[in-house]
Amino acid sequence: MSEQMIIEVEDLTVSFDGFKAVDALNLYFEKNACHVIIGPNGAGKTTVLDLICGRTKATGGSVKFKNKELLSMREDQIVLAGVGRKFQTPSVYEDLTVSENLELSYPKGHSVFGALIFRRDDPVQTRIQEIAETIFLEDLLDEKAAFLSHGQKQWLEIGMLLIQDPELLMLDEPVAGMSVAERKKTAELLNRIIQDRSVIVIEHDMGFVADIATRVTVLHQGKTLSEGSMERVQNDPKVVEVYLGH
Amino acid sequence: MTRSSFMTRKELIGFLILAAVIFLLLPAMLDSFRLNLFGKYLTYAFVAVGLALCWGAGGILSLGQGVFFGLGGYCMAMFLKLEASTPENTAIQSTPGIPDFMDWNQLTELPVWWQPFYSLPLALLAVLAVPVVFAFIIGFAMFTRRVGGVYFAIITQAFAAILTILIIGQQGYTGGVNGITDLRTLLGWDIRTDEAKTTLYFVNGVLLFAVLLIAQYVRKSKLGRLLIAMRDQEDRVRFSGYNVANFKIFIFCLGAAFAGIGGAMFTLQVGFMSPTLVGIVPSIEMVIFCAVGGRLSILGAVYGALLVNWAKTSFSEAFPELWLLGLGGLFIAVVMFFPNGLAGVWSEQIEPRLTKLSKRSDTATPKRAAERAPAE
Amino acid sequence: MFADYSWPELGAIFAMQGFAGLILFSVFVLMALGLAIIFGQMGVINMAHGEFMILGAYVTYLLSNLFADYVPALFSMYFFVAMFLAFIASGALGLFVEWALIRHLYKRPLDTLLATWGLSLILQQVYRSVFGAREVGVSIPDWMMGSLPLTDLIEIPINGIFVMVLAVSISLGVYIMMFRSNWGKQVRAINQNRVMAGAVGINTEWTDRLTFGIGCGVAGVAGSAFTMIGSTGPTAGQLYIVDTFLVVVFGGAASLLGTIASAFSISQAQSIMEFFLSGSMAKVLTLLVVVGILMIRPQGLFAMKLRK
Ligand SMILES: Nc1ncnc2c1ncn2[C@@H]1O[C@H](COP(=O)(O)OP(=O)(O)OP(=O)(O)O)[C@@H](O)[C@H]1O
Ligand SMILES: [Mg+2]
Repeated sequence: MSEQMIIEVEDLTVSFDGFKAVDALNLYFEKNACHVIIGPNGAGKTTVLDLICGRTKATGGSVKFKNKELLSMREDQIVLAGVGRKFQTPSVYEDLTVSENLELSYPKGHSVFGALIFRRDDPVQTRIQEIAETIFLEDLLDEKAAFLSHGQKQWLEIGMLLIQDPELLMLDEPVAGMSVAERKKTAELLNRIIQDRSVIVIEHDMGFVADIATRVTVLHQGKTLSEGSMERVQNDPKVVEVYLGH
Repeated sequence: MTRSSFMTRKELIGFLILAAVIFLLLPAMLDSFRLNLFGKYLTYAFVAVGLALCWGAGGILSLGQGVFFGLGGYCMAMFLKLEASTPENTAIQSTPGIPDFMDWNQLTELPVWWQPFYSLPLALLAVLAVPVVFAFIIGFAMFTRRVGGVYFAIITQAFAAILTILIIGQQGYTGGVNGITDLRTLLGWDIRTDEAKTTLYFVNGVLLFAVLLIAQYVRKSKLGRLLIAMRDQEDRVRFSGYNVANFKIFIFCLGAAFAGIGGAMFTLQVGFMSPTLVGIVPSIEMVIFCAVGGRLSILGAVYGALLVNWAKTSFSEAFPELWLLGLGGLFIAVVMFFPNGLAGVWSEQIEPRLTKLSKRSDTATPKRAAERAPAE
Repeated sequence: MFADYSWPELGAIFAMQGFAGLILFSVFVLMALGLAIIFGQMGVINMAHGEFMILGAYVTYLLSNLFADYVPALFSMYFFVAMFLAFIASGALGLFVEWALIRHLYKRPLDTLLATWGLSLILQQVYRSVFGAREVGVSIPDWMMGSLPLTDLIEIPINGIFVMVLAVSISLGVYIMMFRSNWGKQVRAINQNRVMAGAVGINTEWTDRLTFGIGCGVAGVAGSAFTMIGSTGPTAGQLYIVDTFLVVVFGGAASLLGTIASAFSISQAQSIMEFFLSGSMAKVLTLLVVVGILMIRPQGLFAMKLRK
C-alpha cells in the first residue's frame, strides 16, 4: 500500500498544555494527487502541516514521507527531502528583490560553503525567468518584494516553492485575502502547477476546492470527520452540520 | 536583470575614497603621534566591520566583541612578551627568562600553555584560531538552540564580564589588571619607534582593506543575501531548506576572526594589551562605532570607528566630563534618529541632493529631473 | 579541597557562608525584582537599571544628611522616608524615560538595549557632576549597627538582617501588586495578548508606562537598601547589570518565583565557592555555570509557555 502513498500520517498527536490540537490523526496522501483539507477555523489544519514540515514538534505518532520518518528530522532536512511548504500569511523576504527571493529558494548552494561560492549562472537565470513568468511577475524581477501587492506576494511565495521543485507541495490557504481577479489567476496557476505533483492544499473556498481536489479530508477538532471525493464529503450529514452548514 | 557582481561602480568609488583617506589624506595631514592614534582607531574598525556583517546584515547583536578583540590581542602580546623576556633582559628577576609579571607573582616556570607562543607562526595562528574557536563554541550552543536577539546579546555580554574577571584574577598568568605591557620587538624589529608605528599604521590599513574585501565578498555572495533574509524571515529561510544555525555560526565566527586580527594589530600598534579592552564597556562601545557608521554598511563601520574614537580623544582632552554625556547622547540619537548611521544620512540625504544638483546644472535634461522628483 | 577541614568545621563553614549567601541573595532579589517586572512583563531590556538603583541610593544619602543636619531627633527613622522618596524619584524618572525613549522602541529590542545603555552613561555623568566621583556612604542609624551573636562562632550583622527583611517584604509587595491589583491583571493580560487586551479596553500605553515606572521605582528602593551595606558611587550601577540580567534570565524571564529561586541558587553557589576559591574565581565559576546552563536551557529555570 505504501507504494502509492507519499505521506502516511499515523496516530499523530500534539497537545498544547493539555489541549489536543491534533488528536490521534491518521491520514494517507497519494502520490500525484491533489489532496484538500477543509474544516472549520481552529480545526487543526495548519497544525497538521506544521507537524509534517517540522515546525511544531509532535507529542506522539509518526509521519512517513516515502517511508522515511519525518518527525525526527530538522526543518531544513525535511525540505531537502522534498517537502515544500507555503505559509498561511505570505512570507517573503521584503528587503530583497523578486529575483533574489527566487534565487534563495533555488535548490543549490544550501551549505555555508555552497552559499559562498554560489554563482547566479545561466541555468539559474533561466529558471528564475521561467518561474517568474509562471507566477506573473516577470516584469517585477528587480522590484523589492516589500512593494508587491498582497496577491503578488502570495504568488511569489508559490514561485519560491516551485523553484525548489519539491515532490510534495503543501499550500495553506493560497487564495485567502485575494481580490476576485487575483483569485481567478491563482486558481489557474495552481491548476497548472499541481499537474503531476503531489499536493496538499488547505482551503475554505468550496468552489475552488471542487475545482482542484482529487480527494478531500474534513478535519474537526483535530480528528478526521469525513474523507473521500468532493461529492461524498459534501453530502455527508456530519460535515454539513459542523462546517458547510453555515 | 542585473547580475550580482562583486562591486558596483558606486561601491568601488566608496572603496577608493576610503583608500585615499587612509593611505593619503590622514598620513599627509597628521603628525606621527596623531597618525599612531589613528592607527589605533583602525584596529577598532576591524571589529566594527565584523559587527556590520553580524548585526547589520545578520541581525545578531554581540555585546562581547571585546572578548575576541582581547583574545587576538593577548595572543599577539604573549608572543611579544616572550620575545621581550630574554634571560638577559630579565636578569634581575628571581627567575630570569619568564615574563616580569609572572616573576612578581612568584611563578618560577613558564606555564605550559604559554610555550607555543615562542613561535610567531603559532602565535599568528592563535590570533585567528582562538577567537574563532571561542565564537564557534558560543555560537554552536546558542544558535542550534535558536537563542537569538536580546538573550544572545546578554549572554555574550556575560562572557565579556567573565573573561575580564578571569584575566584580572589570574594575574600570575595574564598580567592582571595592568595587562601585558612593556612589549619591545617583533622578531628583532623595534615596534616602539615612531617609524615603526607609522609602518604599522600602513600595515593596519592594508589588512583592513583585505578584511573589507572579504566582507564585501560575503555580503555580495548568496550567503550575504541569506543573512538579510534570515534577519527578516528566519522561518522562511529554514523552510527553503537551509540550516539557519550554521549560517549564523559562520558569520559570528567571521566577525570574531576580524576582531581577533584587530586585537593583534592593537597590541602591535599601541604596545600593550589589557583587560580594559575586553570588558563590557569597550565591547558595547564597539557596537556604537558600527551603529554610528551605519550598521548596514561595511565602509560606514570604518568611518564610524575613526570618527567616534577621534571625537573621544579630542573631547576627553578638552572636556573630560562632556565625553560621557556625548557618548550617551550618541547612543540615543543614533538609535532614535539615525538608525542607519552616517551611511544612511549619506545615501538618504546627501546623495539625492548631490544628484539633484548635478542634474539641475545639467540644463540639457531639466525634464528628467522634474520627472524624478515625485518618485522620491 | 575538602580534605583540609574536619566535618564540624565544614558544617560551620557552610553555615557561615550560607548566611553571607543569604545577604547576597537579598541583594540579588532586590536588584532583580524591578528588572523582572520590566524585562519579564514588557520584554524591555533596560541597561540603565543599575543607574535607577543608584538614584535611590543617592536619594537616601541626601536624606541621611538632611536628617542629620536638621532633624537629628528623627534620625533613626530617616531610612523609611528615604525608601519612599527613592521609589518616587526613580519611578518618576522611569515614567519620563518611558515617555521620551522606550515607547518609541518597543518593536526594536536590540535598539532599546543600546539606547538605555546611552541613558546609563548620561546618568553616570550626571551623578558624577552632582555628587562627585568618589563613593559616598550614609550614616547608619544606631539600631542597625552591631550584630547578633548566634553561637560563639557565628555572628550575624543587623544591617544584613534588615536588608533580608526588606528583600522579603518588597518581594511580597511586588507579588501582591502583580497578582492582586488591577494594574497587575492588566500587565499580565497585555503580556499574554496585547491586541486583545487593547480591544477589551485596557489602556496599554498607560499600563506600559506605569509598569516601567514601577519597575524603576522598585530599583530605587533596592538602591536605597544597598546604602545599608555598602557605599555608592556614580558607576556602581554598572557593576550589577550583568549579574542582574543573568538572575532574571536564569529564573525564566516571565516568572517572579523563578527570579527568586535563581537569585537564591546563584547567590548560594557563589558565596560557598568563595570560601574555597578566590573571590574572582568563584565569580567566574558561578557565571560560567549559569551561562552554561542557559546555553543548554535557554528558557531558564521556570519557563512560561506562551503562544508566539
Ligand atoms: N503553538 C500553539 N500553542 C497553543 N495552541 C495552539 C498552537 N498552535 C495552534 N494552537 C491551537 O490549535 C488549534 C488549531 O489551530 P490551527 O491553526 O491548526 O487551526 P486551522 O484549522 O488552521 O484554523 P484556520 O482555518 O483559522 O486557519 C487552535 O485552537 C489553536 O489555537
Ligand atoms: Mg490555518
